[in-house]
Amino acid sequence: MTDLSLLIVASLLVPTVGAFFIASSGAKPNVREAYTFVTAATLFSIVFIMLPSVMQGARPATAGFAVLPGLTVQFAVEPMGMIFAMIASTLWIINSLYSVGYMRGNNEKNQTIFYTCFAIAIASTMGIAFAGNLFTLFLFYEVLTLSTYPLVTHKGNDDAKAGGRMYLGILLTTSVVFLLPAVIGTYYVAGTGDFTAGGIIPANESPLVIFALGALFIYGIGKAAVMPVHRWLPAAMVAPTPVSALLHAVAVVKAGVFSVVKIIVYVFGLDMFSGSGVTGWVVYAAGFTVLVASIIAISQDNLKRRLAYSTISQLSYVVLAAAMATPLAIIGAAMHITAHAFGKITLFFAAGSIYTAAHKTEISQLNGIGKRMPFTMAAFTIGALSMIGVPPTAGFLGKWYILSAAMDIQDYFVLFVIFLSTLLNTGYFVPIIYRAFLKDEDVPPSHEHGEAPWPIVVAVSLTALGTLALFLFPSVPLSLAKALVGLP
Amino acid sequence: MLDQFPAIVVAVPLIASAICAIIRHQTVCWLIALIVCFISFVGSVFILGDVQSGGPVSYAMGGWAPPVGIELRIDELGAYVMILVSLIATAVLIYGRQSVKAEIREDLRGYFYAMYLLCLCGLLGIVITGDAFNAFVFMEISSLAMYTLIALGHDRRALAASFQYLIMGTVGATMYVIGVGLLFTLTGTLNLVDMSDQLAPQLASPAAIAGMAFIVVGLSLKVALFPLHLWLPNAYAFAPSVVTSFLAATATKVSIYLLMRYLYSVFGFGFAIEQTPIPEMVLLLSVAAIFAGSFTAIFQENVKRMLAYSSVAQIGYITLGIAIANATGLTGSLVHIFNHAVMKGALFMLIGGIALQIGTVRLSDLAGAGRQMPLTFFGFVLGGFSMLGVPGTVGFVSKWYLAIGALENGWWWLVILLMLSSLLVLVYMGRVIEIAFFRERPAGAPVLSDPPKAMIMTSWVFILACIYLGFDTGFTVGVAQDAVSALLAGGGR
Repeated sequence: MTDLSLLIVASLLVPTVGAFFIASSGAKPNVREAYTFVTAATLFSIVFIMLPSVMQGARPATAGFAVLPGLTVQFAVEPMGMIFAMIASTLWIINSLYSVGYMRGNNEKNQTIFYTCFAIAIASTMGIAFAGNLFTLFLFYEVLTLSTYPLVTHKGNDDAKAGGRMYLGILLTTSVVFLLPAVIGTYYVAGTGDFTAGGIIPANESPLVIFALGALFIYGIGKAAVMPVHRWLPAAMVAPTPVSALLHAVAVVKAGVFSVVKIIVYVFGLDMFSGSGVTGWVVYAAGFTVLVASIIAISQDNLKRRLAYSTISQLSYVVLAAAMATPLAIIGAAMHITAHAFGKITLFFAAGSIYTAAHKTEISQLNGIGKRMPFTMAAFTIGALSMIGVPPTAGFLGKWYILSAAMDIQDYFVLFVIFLSTLLNTGYFVPIIYRAFLKDEDVPPSHEHGEAPWPIVVAVSLTALGTLALFLFPSVPLSLAKALVGLP
Repeated sequence: MLDQFPAIVVAVPLIASAICAIIRHQTVCWLIALIVCFISFVGSVFILGDVQSGGPVSYAMGGWAPPVGIELRIDELGAYVMILVSLIATAVLIYGRQSVKAEIREDLRGYFYAMYLLCLCGLLGIVITGDAFNAFVFMEISSLAMYTLIALGHDRRALAASFQYLIMGTVGATMYVIGVGLLFTLTGTLNLVDMSDQLAPQLASPAAIAGMAFIVVGLSLKVALFPLHLWLPNAYAFAPSVVTSFLAATATKVSIYLLMRYLYSVFGFGFAIEQTPIPEMVLLLSVAAIFAGSFTAIFQENVKRMLAYSSVAQIGYITLGIAIANATGLTGSLVHIFNHAVMKGALFMLIGGIALQIGTVRLSDLAGAGRQMPLTFFGFVLGGFSMLGVPGTVGFVSKWYLAIGALENGWWWLVILLMLSSLLVLVYMGRVIEIAFFRERPAGAPVLSDPPKAMIMTSWVFILACIYLGFDTGFTVGVAQDAVSALLAGGGR
């Protein structure tokens, strides 16, 4: 075992051990939060120590631990996992800062359970990012679902219970009924589940089997929220906002699309996937989701729900790009994962900031709020521009690559979807910005307030800056994305 | 001394049972029972070691050489089931002292331990014997002890449940003995190995087929294979918690062992599985068991009864491997025998703790108990994961083998059915969790706490075993694979 592979193990152990310390210091909130920060910072350092070697082409891997003959738990770092791990570990630090402001600002109960489950969720995210084979991916995929359930139902009231049912119901159902048979089927036809460049499914496998596996994977990975298995995501919005922000805009949903990309690249292989006839209908299914979710988003007045439907739409961008299965499209998928993470967490942070300071949850209440909360709403604007894909925000990059890929293979359906959805995105984000900055506040104001507590403002500003910085300095994720498809 | 282990593991519980019935002092009896169970466990482990190094162990009872005398014969499968039974028996005793005090009348506690040991003696005897009629005797010993144990439940309905089981169990045993009689008239021997040899040339004769039919149906009743499961839910629901934990993890498993012994060792894979409609029937009934059992479990108000119906479904998973009829599927069956015992044992133990602390196991009485009994209900959640087949738990390992086995037959539809059935588990386990954690505890209800240390710790050992054995499958899968290759090659002879 080399030093780097020890780091992989550490990236899983650190948040797990952190969770124990957090759980055991429930009586002292400041100590508990200190543990969260120390854990997050340590994890961040571990991931970034690995970065230079991985950029230079190293692919560290741990030894396998055989659960059954032929079925091992094993970790390996490849470029896509590196991107995902960097996103999650970076945003966890910022999100922890935000959580402190939010949870204390709103006097939430049971904060110890909250921080503990959060750390476990991050540990499972690392497990997904660094999974070296399908079984390991599936294992941590399920742990992530289960460890986020207490976070979704954190409020403990009937709404939370109903949301939790929907969340667990859809995610577990799809994973057990579709994804697990797909995993078993892959091991059965390929004899292995190890992620291998170029794919592992034998080239002479019958088209029917490939089609069936493709369908089982796409709908089995419920976290990617391709319609009609998207309903869990709006339901999960009953959770406290830090959960929606890091988990339901970044870790959990990205785990979904990350798995889709990874399976297309390393299980099917780009050539087999694009040549198999699976591409066609997955592109349509994802394109449909992009458009319909955007249309639903327009009709939502609840800010978090609008953001949730926007997330569903943006996730299907990634699925769409991955399904085109050309090198350029995969780069687009990877860049879009990165860009959307920063943009969407900013938007959720802003929504939570508004809730904490002004106790407002509906868009129609936001008239003139930009004057009271300038930082929050400025950040919101940057996040929204990134969703629309306007430079100089990160969202532009992902869209650019996806568009180029579509031009390349002259897929007019994809071009049409992106064009239309950009209009729709504009249609549901710009009115919010307009309300916040250009409309006058209702008279008399319902509530006197200023900005949210400082940890929230700092956090939301950081992620907004990140969204801009990613546009200006995209070289790290971009070169990793290129390495993913074997381009220089 | 080592050579005598096969006799010792059965004889010691038998003698100790009589001693307990004479002494009747509850603490002394408990101690005797515990020591005896432990001796049986150690003996079983030694026997497994012997079998693994030197092939099946044969012991001529009273020095009469088989096939004339009674032979005790243990192969790897037998040793595996013996370890399971004696291990559970020991653990349940460590767990159950408080529970026995709470649920069984004081003057009956001494008898309880006597019956418990007698039951253990019978169960081990079925596994250990190489003689068809001797197996019947042990079956009756264990069954009679079980009827008594079930009737000890403090709810009066326990008597009815016990009587129901008595009737159905006797019907099953009678059919078994009729079958054995038919085979005896054909072969003139009761020794299973000898019987198998004598039977080989005349398998197609109507008497052999009739004998097989009687034995398979009779044992299916004991196994509680759907639709012959009707005795099981009431028996499990109204028996004392200790008894339920013990029986749920062992009794049906031993019957499945005997069923397999007949199918693979006596009649042989080539006949029973390949030339009769048994696999098709078992397939149909197993799938029906899985869905009917889980579906009925969803509508139970009594949590013990709910888990009992879940057992009916889980037995379906075990018998499914017989229907899949290839090495992988059969490995899944054998692994699930152990895995199900561990997880269902753990769940029933936790329920026993709940019964002790709350006084009832009705679903509505569990409202809000989750936060006040965190260890119990967190254990319940983990046990539920295992039942669901979440990867990293024992439930997943069993399902994996069954699914791959089904794929090897090209049965895609069965894989999907298997996965769908897990969802029903999610519904009935989820219902308990939701009520325990999301409902408010009624105002004025007494504040609860986790049950005494011995109970909660034993339960947790089993819960942790569900996870440990989900990762380290060396013992369960290793032994099961060996046993399967022996079974398929003609049955550990």
